[in-house]
Parts: sequence; C-alpha cells; structure tokens
Amino acid sequence: MAESPQQTASAKSPAPLFNLQENLTADTFLRGLWQENPVFVMLLGMCPVLAVTNSAINAIGMGLATTFVLVGSGALVSLLRNWIPKQVRIASYIVIIATFVTVVDYTIHAISLELYAALGAFIQLIVVNCIILGRAEAYASKQRLVPTLVNSLGMGIGFTLALLSLGTVREILGNGTLFGYQLFSDNFQPWLVMVLPPGGFFVLGAWLLLFAWLKQRRERRILEQAGVSAHGR
Amino acid sequence: MSTEAHRTQADPGGLNIIQANAPQVPATPTFAMLRTLGVIAMISGLLVAMAYEITAPIIAESERIATEQAVLRIIPGAVSKRDFTISPEGLVPAGQAAGAGGQTIYAAYDAAGQLKGLAITGVGTGYAGPLQVMFAYDAALQAIVGSKVLKSNETPGFGDKLDTDPTFLKNFEALDARLNAEGTALANPIVTVKNGTKTDPWQIDAITGATISSRAMGKAANQAAQRAAPAIQRGLAILSQPE
Repeated sequence: MAESPQQTASAKSPAPLFNLQENLTADTFLRGLWQENPVFVMLLGMCPVLAVTNSAINAIGMGLATTFVLVGSGALVSLLRNWIPKQVRIASYIVIIATFVTVVDYTIHAISLELYAALGAFIQLIVVNCIILGRAEAYASKQRLVPTLVNSLGMGIGFTLALLSLGTVREILGNGTLFGYQLFSDNFQPWLVMVLPPGGFFVLGAWLLLFAWLKQRRERRILEQAGVSAHGR
Repeated sequence: MSTEAHRTQADPGGLNIIQANAPQVPATPTFAMLRTLGVIAMISGLLVAMAYEITAPIIAESERIATEQAVLRIIPGAVSKRDFTISPEGLVPAGQAAGAGGQTIYAAYDAAGQLKGLAITGVGTGYAGPLQVMFAYDAALQAIVGSKVLKSNETPGFGDKLDTDPTFLKNFEALDARLNAEGTALANPIVTVKNGTKTDPWQIDAITGATISSRAMGKAANQAAQRAAPAIQRGLAILSQPE
C-alpha cells in the first residue's frame, strides 16, 4: 500500500541510482550489523546459527556463503523488481535464491572438501533460510540496485559476525582451540557439551542475555538523565 | 488501491459496488507470469550450468588428491597407488571394467614398485548415520593392519575416538581377516565385542561409552574385508605386476 505513492514520486525523480526509496547512507550498511542484526535482533535463521557454529571456521564458511547468496539474490531481485508480477514473486525469489545456493554449494565443494563435509546439508538449506527470503521481500523487491547491494552486504556481514561470536565461544570452551590452534595445555578438559547441539542454545542464550542487559542499562541511563534534568528545572 | 479510492469517491453510499466493480477486476497477468518464470528459470539454469562447468574438474581433482593422501597415509612406506575395480571376472584396473558399480580398491606401491599393501573401504551404520572407513589390508598376513575414518557424523568427543583412542586402534594393528578354505569369504567374520572381552584376533574390543560407533566400525571392517579380501587373494598376480 505504502509503496505506490513512493513509486510515483520516484518515477519523476531525475537522479538515476541513489535517491529512490531510501537514501544510501552509512546506516543502510550498518543496520544489518547492529540495530537489525539478523540473529541477535530479528532472531532469523536460527537453524544454521545453532547447527554449524561448533567451530569458528564453520561459522565463517556458513556466514560467507549466506552473505554471497544474500547479495546475489538481492541484486537479481532488485533488478527484476518492476518486472515480476506479484502473484509469482515468491516462486521467482525462491528460484533465484536456489540458483545462488547451488552456485555457492559447488564453489565451497571446489574450495575445501573439509569445510564442505563439515557444513554438510546446511549449505543446501540456505535456500530455506528466512533471512534471505525476508530480505528479498522486505528490501530488495522495493529498492534500487545499489542500496540493495549495500544493505544485503551489511546483513550478510552481521550474520557472519553473529555466527562467529557463537562459533569462537563454542570452539574455545568445547574443544580448547580457536581456528584449529590449541589454546590451552593438554591438561585442559574440554567442555564437550558446548560443541554438541545443546551448547548452541546455551551460547546463543548467553549472548542474547548480554545484549538485552546492555540495552536495558542504556535505557535506564537515558531515563535517569531525563529525570535529573527535569528535576533540576 | 487506486480502484478502491475511485470507488469510494464515485459511489460513497456503496450501493452500486457490484456494477462498479465488475469491469475493473484486474485480469491475472498470465503471460507476464509465464514470461517472468520462464526468463528467471533460464537465468538460473545458465548460472548453475556455468558454476558446474567451472567447479566440476576442480572438485574431481581435489577428491582424487584426498583419496590418494588417505591411501598413502594409511599404508606406511607407500609412494604411489593404483585403483582396481572388483568385477565378476576378478580385479581389473579402474576405468577398464565392463560394468560400472564395482567396489574400488586401492593398491599402494613403494618406490621400487613393490606392492606395499591395499586400502579397502567399508560402511557401517553408526550413531548418527553412515560411517565410512578405509582399512589397510596386508595380503601376505591376510589381516587388516590399519584404519582411518573417512566420513562420520558421530558425536564429537565419543565417535572421534575411533581414530584417536590408542587402545581401540590396537585392534586394527593385526585384525585377522583370513579366508575360509574355499577362498570365498572370511573364515571368521569380524565382530565387535564388549570392552575387555576380546579373545580372538578377529574380534574388536569396543570403546566404553561409544559402543554403537565401535560396532559400526566392526561392521565396516567386516563388509570391507568380505567384499575385497577374496578378490585380492585371487588377483594377487595382477596386483603385483608392474604397471
């Protein structure tokens, strides 16, 4: 509903690439990293977040693969956005996303057999990762190419960082290593449960707790400051 | 959206909704939908085919190297390997078999071209899916002399002991795989027994706490040896021939 006045406005706009629905600002990129972080704020794509973050390298591999699919499918959806009838848009997005997932699947297989074996079926399952379809529907299908590329990249990197923050903690605690390098002496007894599925939930819960606490503390500070100034007046 | 605004303006009372609405029902854009899906499918096909063409040779090469490394690591002293396929007529060099689908075995040779050992593979069902294992088979000793898990979904911390636990690996230093008198199957099938109850050289002592994984290992060893050992013993002449 909201898009039609914007679209008519943009049709008259002379500027070619940048100022269509959204101005390209640093925020376009940074939103995915922090304010709208797909994992810690939107809580999307939990399946790969919990499943493949048992080591830092798996987390990075999965994050970069998802970023590639986000950027590639976002670009194609954005280019074709005025041309896809809305009745078949979901089917179109899924075919586009599946294409990029297949490409990334072959690419990872070619780059590293070890990583390919570790990520297993979760590469193919990027197709059903709701972050990607969500971004195609909510952003790429309404925005021009350049903001879409920038925003998708931000979202992808935000997703990668979130996976990495789980992966490093789980690998250090559960295996005593980081990127395969041993951190502790042989006496270290790894906390095995951390690399098993329950560990994913524990670490994700701990991160969410930390972010919620930070947010609450900041809000309380703002409230207190407002109170002080009101009192002073 | 515009139709709705139009209608409310022209017909505020809503009395003539049906008449006003009927000619304005938007037609389903059949052609546009077909065109869009067709073109997207074409773009998709093109991209996938391109990615496949580029990556297929690289994937094949890295898989070949990975197998070679696994074979050379499991058979100490080997520097080169040749692949053979088990067919009904006996062993034939891989790629020359008449029918496809035969089990592949890997013969490893030292620098002088002498047969050092054979690598055979087997699959057993583990705790969380199939367990693929490569075994080193010594044709003269008629025994399995080494093992390496190629692919497993076993629980970390338990299942990965299959490759690291020193007591468990002792099982595969000389695991008896003699053939029966007719040379058609193993004289004694390889079995996994409970930890500490191993009495015969064809038994595998299980790891405490990883019984299912140990049992899968035993099944894989039995499968590999049952399939490959008779063919290897019959085809020793072919195997020891220089290339």
